[in-house]
Amino acid sequence: MSQAKPDGVTPSQTVGPYFAYGLTPGDKYDWNDAFGNNLVTPDASGERIRVEGTVFDGDGVPVVDCMLEIWQADAQGRFSDPQDKRAIPNSSFKGFGRVGTDAKGGYAFDTITPGSVPDPDGKPQAPHIVIAIYARGMLLHLYSRIYFDGDAANAADPVLALVPADRRATLVATRQPGDKAVYRFDIHLQGDKETVFFDV
Amino acid sequence: MTLVYPVQSLAAHPPRLSPGYKSTVKRSPTKPLIPMRHTLSELTGPVYGHETVREHDHDLTVHGKAEPIGERIIVHGNVLDEDGRGVPNALVELWQANSCGRYVHVVDQHPAPLDPNFTGAGRAQTDAKGYYRFVTIKPGAYPWGNHHNAWRPAHIHFSVFGYSFVSRLVTQMYFPGDPLFPFDPIFNSVTDEKARNRMISSFDLENTKPDWALCYRFDIVLRGRNATPMETK
Repeated sequence: MSQAKPDGVTPSQTVGPYFAYGLTPGDKYDWNDAFGNNLVTPDASGERIRVEGTVFDGDGVPVVDCMLEIWQADAQGRFSDPQDKRAIPNSSFKGFGRVGTDAKGGYAFDTITPGSVPDPDGKPQAPHIVIAIYARGMLLHLYSRIYFDGDAANAADPVLALVPADRRATLVATRQPGDKAVYRFDIHLQGDKETVFFDV
Repeated sequence: MTLVYPVQSLAAHPPRLSPGYKSTVKRSPTKPLIPMRHTLSELTGPVYGHETVREHDHDLTVHGKAEPIGERIIVHGNVLDEDGRGVPNALVELWQANSCGRYVHVVDQHPAPLDPNFTGAGRAQTDAKGYYRFVTIKPGAYPWGNHHNAWRPAHIHFSVFGYSFVSRLVTQMYFPGDPLFPFDPIFNSVTDEKARNRMISSFDLENTKPDWALCYRFDIVLRGRNATPMETK
């Protein structure tokens, strides 16, 4: 049943400096986490990866009171959402993660490399994770995408193609040396190295 | 039902750079955001199970060993889409200061007492019609360092998940008639008065519980409207 049609959306406000005990309590506060930064479930197929980085403000100072949320497809490119008709309902991989930055502005997610998801025309997009960034001083969260270093599909990705060539690198997580699949994705809210954010 | 998320809906939100709120100056992008078409990555969103919201998570007055100090209130309403349809099974997270205006957070050192029986965190899930309900304590105003003698109007933080990643909303609910409204750069970062008023709850006498709690109503409108326009009769 519909109510009177609203005259618009409820405006966004900042998450503020004190969200941690409600949204990312971890073991610091007497509350339970609804979501964590480890997305891997035992039944999830695909390459286990870690995505880590630091969030910086316009002065290059680490943002220590930031919350990051990611959303991604499984290794087959399907979202755990009934709106994705291709999803496997019984899979336990949820594809959603949340983390607060630490005292050095750092964060990490443990997850799997997502599969390719089609664009509205049915063309494949390069594997990517979407990310939302919330913090004190941010009245409306920012939206970006994490792509993966060395993936040949990046060259044909329709969203990366919208980004000026000299800024594309800000959306590509760099593979770190070592045996483990660790990707670095720093976020610069402002400045010369400003991360590309999308108007979605 | 297929929903669309027009970019025009975003006009209600505050500009990211609102210099009156000083922290925005170094934390807002300076380069233009890049428009893009929504793909499945934007049009889908997380689904959570019943394990996410426990039986008493919505009642912040029963999380301690005894009742918290302050004015007990009911905060309830509907989570709606832009067409006014209830959003079922939406996760609503809430956090707030205690009745003295003090947050449990380690960074909040404002000289007001903590309440051992109040953490200020809660969680609820909307029912099949989009309705949610919390029981809590009315939060106090508190000072902050933005400018001389700056005080935040009493508010409750809300985090809401809708149908998709692009309907995600974090906002603050205010209380009607707060004398601090004209002086608060966060509240006033929303430049349109009608939009600003959508962040103010309404006093709901009809749903107060006599001899127990006052009630405030806060409807939350998320992005999203029917892909095919509704029939007009």
